[in-house]
Amino acid sequence: MAMSQQELIDTLSGLALFADLSRPQVEAVAHKMAEESYPTGQRILRQGFTGTGFYVIVDGEVAVKIDGNEISRLGKGDFFGEMSVLLGEPPVADIVTTRQLRVLHLGGPELEGFLRDYPPVMLRMLKAVATRLRNANRWRS
Amino acid sequence: MAELSERPFPPGDYPVVVVGSGPGGIQASYYLRHLGIDHAVISADPVPGGMFRRFPFFQRLLSWTKPYGPVPRDDRFYYWYDWNSLLAEEPENRALMPDLMDGTSSFPSRPEMELNLATFVERTGLKIRYDTSWESTSREGERFVLHTSDGDYRCQVAIFAVGVAKPYKPDTPGFDLVAHYVDTRPAATYAGKRLFIVGKENSGFELATGLLQWAQRIVLASPRPAKLSVNSHSLAGIRARYVLPVEDEILGGGVFFLNASIARIERMGDSLRVYCVRSDTGMEIAVDADEVIAATGFTCPLQDLQSIGVDVFGRSELPAMTNYWESATVPGIYFAGTIGQGVSGMKKYGLPANSGAVHGARYNARTMVYHVAKQHFGVDVPQPSVLPNSLVDLLLAEATHAPELWNQKSYLARAFSLDPAQGIRDSGVVPLAQFVDEEGAAGVAIAVETDDTGDIHPAVYVRRENKPAVETLLSSQAMHDFRTADNRAQLSEILRGATAGAVR
Repeated sequence: MAMSQQELIDTLSGLALFADLSRPQVEAVAHKMAEESYPTGQRILRQGFTGTGFYVIVDGEVAVKIDGNEISRLGKGDFFGEMSVLLGEPPVADIVTTRQLRVLHLGGPELEGFLRDYPPVMLRMLKAVATRLRNANRWRS
Repeated sequence: MAELSERPFPPGDYPVVVVGSGPGGIQASYYLRHLGIDHAVISADPVPGGMFRRFPFFQRLLSWTKPYGPVPRDDRFYYWYDWNSLLAEEPENRALMPDLMDGTSSFPSRPEMELNLATFVERTGLKIRYDTSWESTSREGERFVLHTSDGDYRCQVAIFAVGVAKPYKPDTPGFDLVAHYVDTRPAATYAGKRLFIVGKENSGFELATGLLQWAQRIVLASPRPAKLSVNSHSLAGIRARYVLPVEDEILGGGVFFLNASIARIERMGDSLRVYCVRSDTGMEIAVDADEVIAATGFTCPLQDLQSIGVDVFGRSELPAMTNYWESATVPGIYFAGTIGQGVSGMKKYGLPANSGAVHGARYNARTMVYHVAKQHFGVDVPQPSVLPNSLVDLLLAEATHAPELWNQKSYLARAFSLDPAQGIRDSGVVPLAQFVDEEGAAGVAIAVETDDTGDIHPAVYVRRENKPAVETLLSSQAMHDFRTADNRAQLSEILRGATAGAVR
């Protein structure tokens, strides 16, 4: 269902990534990022393809797949695409919707400026990426 | 009564019903007829033209038609220089726009564009039932019933080309006191006024540009800073035609940009007070204005489609769609025209396609109709054979000239199937995201793409049987002629293995 702009801002304010932003800042984020919808089974990030972007899941779920093998799932409030954008490299995994998905999207070239504008988001992202790294290391050991 | 009985498409049962007589509806109807698919077209308007019957407010389009391109006007490649004509298979019905322009600008006037669309309908002999309002929708088993002011239309497939046309104002307190963009009055009535425009997209800047010489002061406000198309490397951003207010703001000439959200608007005697909250500091600012205009966009007038399961999203309430512009939640319902912008496609480097403009939507409509024909009516569009030794040249010529690829960068691609049983076949123009994600027979597709530096280059996608597509970027060329020796060599190498099975 369509969300009003106020409902979208309320939803974003409740996501961990944006939890440290003021309401006017969240409103600016909602205007800066494009709301997009993808049907079930659609790839959003494609392993090995250039020019990807940064996505925050507003509603729905995606599978993370490497060489066709599912390694995890992401849901509301999770984000993806930041690694390949920040490293300037194609993604190492596919992101595929497992049900209808609603995301906020920021083009890759805008991500660095966005993080500089909103340091609290950068910190939240850093913590989330550190957690992923720790979990990956635990899994390996 | 005689006149009434001559109106085409009376209520009844049709394989397809198209709703709308703007560019999207007209283009979809043209290709349905071209493929021999019986259909009805209904429109609430009295004449063709859609939004161009009223807008842009200042009567000059944002999309170019350059009358003197390097190829004849009836050549398919001329469409790259003409963003406003609709597509036709007959050479005499192509590129109607340039002959209707008065030569004062490469951007047609609104009346010229309206005439362009009416002329296309007249010359191609398309039929439209005007003054017929679609009011509500229901299901009868697998079929749809469109209840209209003239009666009920039943169909297997419904194509809605009703535009992103319903004025939208936020529900923030006080917006009921202000006019929307669509209610803008003649420019002279703003003489000496302090004007406050909510929104920093093209419609806001169109008004600011047109009212520069009339208003005493112009403030443009929205949470996000203004983005210019020349910086974004795409039409997403303020177009060059509307940058005068940007210069005035920089020079301190009575134009002000506020990066702020609107908290509320209150009446103060004869004027309005706009309470803004700055996006960076959170500080509140109050700005008094004689006139406030909400250039806050439009939503899709989808009537009650949500009640039969059509999912919509975002501020514009666009339908959630598949890569072929079919409702993601109600198969058999398709969308044409500006609504197509709800399908993001690959959006490489964040650059959107031009589906919200005629030069993108006309190709989407054709591709969508070919898909509808095959999927719902078993009509196969011919896929001519291609000689193996001509494939490299064909791909590079498409990347250099094809308006489909240039107008819809990273979005539409020219594809060829490499099926060992059938040889190399021309699959025509397809959604790129569909091609790269579809599993099945081997194929190759070429697209034109822009990267984050603004460099424009071809990209080739090769799909081997039942394997994911592989991307290869080819080199750019200073004059955008990609048929270079390096690109030929690289493409030949890429295709060597991929076409092996299809070369007989």
